[in-house]
Amino acid sequence: MIAIKSVKHNYNGQQQLSFKDWNIKDGEQWLLLGESGSGKTTLLHILTGILKPAQGEVNIDSTSIYNLSSKELDQFRGRKIGIIFQRPHLIKSLTITENLLLAQSFAKLPEDKKRIDEVLESLDILSKKNAYPNELSQGQLQRVSIARAVINKPALLIADEPTSSLDDKNAEAVLALLMQQSALNNATLVVATHDKRVKDAFTNTYSLA
Amino acid sequence: MSPLKISWKSLWSKPLSAWLNIMLIAFGTGILTILLLASTQIEEKLNNNSKDIDLVVGAKGSPLQLILSSIYYIDFPTGNIPLKEANELSRSPFVKRATPLALGDNYNGVRIVGTDSNFVSLYGLKTQSGKFWSANFEATIGATVAKEQNLKVGDTFFGAHGLTEVKDVHDHHAYKVVGILVPQQNVTDNLILTNVASIWKMHDEGEHEAAAVAHGEPGHIHTDDEHAEEAESLEGKEITALLIQYRSPMSVAMFPRMVNQMTSLQSASPAMESTRLFSLIGVGVDTLQWFAVLIMLIAAISVFVNLYNSLKERSYDLAIMRTLGASRTKLFFIVILEGLLLTIAGTIVGLVLGHFAMEIIGHYQESSQAKLTGRIFLNSELYLLLAGLAIGIFASIIPALQAYRSNISKILAKN
Repeated sequence: MIAIKSVKHNYNGQQQLSFKDWNIKDGEQWLLLGESGSGKTTLLHILTGILKPAQGEVNIDSTSIYNLSSKELDQFRGRKIGIIFQRPHLIKSLTITENLLLAQSFAKLPEDKKRIDEVLESLDILSKKNAYPNELSQGQLQRVSIARAVINKPALLIADEPTSSLDDKNAEAVLALLMQQSALNNATLVVATHDKRVKDAFTNTYSLA
Repeated sequence: MSPLKISWKSLWSKPLSAWLNIMLIAFGTGILTILLLASTQIEEKLNNNSKDIDLVVGAKGSPLQLILSSIYYIDFPTGNIPLKEANELSRSPFVKRATPLALGDNYNGVRIVGTDSNFVSLYGLKTQSGKFWSANFEATIGATVAKEQNLKVGDTFFGAHGLTEVKDVHDHHAYKVVGILVPQQNVTDNLILTNVASIWKMHDEGEHEAAAVAHGEPGHIHTDDEHAEEAESLEGKEITALLIQYRSPMSVAMFPRMVNQMTSLQSASPAMESTRLFSLIGVGVDTLQWFAVLIMLIAAISVFVNLYNSLKERSYDLAIMRTLGASRTKLFFIVILEGLLLTIAGTIVGLVLGHFAMEIIGHYQESSQAKLTGRIFLNSELYLLLAGLAIGIFASIIPALQAYRSNISKILAKN
């Protein structure tokens, strides 16, 4: 259960953005729709505990996340929230498996190589487990970044413009993977996009004016 | 994935700049290690060899040369002094013990020293086999001499004229080894000891049998042809130097002045000359030290620039780590650890190189009296390690603070 209540953010110290309240039930799949510059990324950052709003409350799994200390919030994010960025970004000096181990250890969870193999298998990139990021194609990297987001079985899976730089076929494939993975890991899914192609796949939509 | 492993892998993703930094630090630490090892050993050797000698009396000339030749057996002697005058000084009430030295011959570069039993008490010598010299042409040799020249009790050898060269062998009289000394860790390990009369005899008869023996060079025991027959007479007999131990602290003020004013001899204080020698070498040591410190400073800046630049490239990496649950403190330590890994690796490589270089220098050193070794470890080397730690922290603190303070929302929004 995720809820934001009367959240406002000051942009550059003056321009104020206010977001309408939003309630997401467990396991739901939502589309966050808005043109670029409408505050989409800001809302995502607020939702994931990266950016503290000027006012308002964000509740995830009945925890008011901005009442946590900085350290607790980092750990909460590591365990409960998986984030997929527009462009897949992995740590270049580490192998695919090590990148996933990193996600486990930063969340202070035990290192579990079986879980890593399982997730990589489900995304069909198990063969690349010992490769370094620069040996993978863009599409494979995007799948690894999905694997990293779901490795700790998060309650909330958030994707920021996951399809905007992809062609129709790949956009469809990535979207299918996101839905499949969120269902597989019992995670609530929020996809932020201005990509109209994605629209039809979702019944729930939160639009930014 | 421990922070250590993350830092380590991050460093080795850029092996060239990692190596550059390690080499810079290693070079600086290496020079400092060599300086430390060399100056400690030289100082130790200087003190160890002169610890019980208050004053050296010898022929006029450079006091430093007198000290070097008759305590450290490095330089040539300043000349010879009449035995008569030396004996008078020995009987002075200021003197507790006076040890005569007669130099001038060598065996394969090892100096042969004519002296008496005072020398034994002065250095606290003991024999590990055989006995001390007593009769003419009996020799007791230092532990290192026995090992390196492969001599044992009962062996005989011929001395050669001069202090280093092996020509002009005195082949009419052979020395006989009667004893080998216990290693003393000082200059006596590298000496051949005999009585003064043997040195005289060697040269007396040398004059008759081979008149061509060169005269007049410093250090050679001169014998006056006219008195050559009267071997036991004091007239014309000469020795090279006297090692003096004072009877009381009061002698310090009186005795040197007395020697310098009343006789044709000169006195030199080992303590004073060592200090003077050290202040001369000190300039060079200081320069090298500053040079090494400068290199370390450049190394620190290089590590800093390296971390700072890589942090700019990696700010997105670090932001991602935060989204994965890493705390600010953890990022701080990851960056600090990178700096520390570089400088500690550099310091250790530098220490190893320093010892290795010192050992090589010692190996190629000609003078056996002041041989240096890289196989000793000093407590002060720990300070070098600490300095490495400090440089690592110093170079990485600013990048680490930046990583700690970075606004991940801004960094993530930019991409």
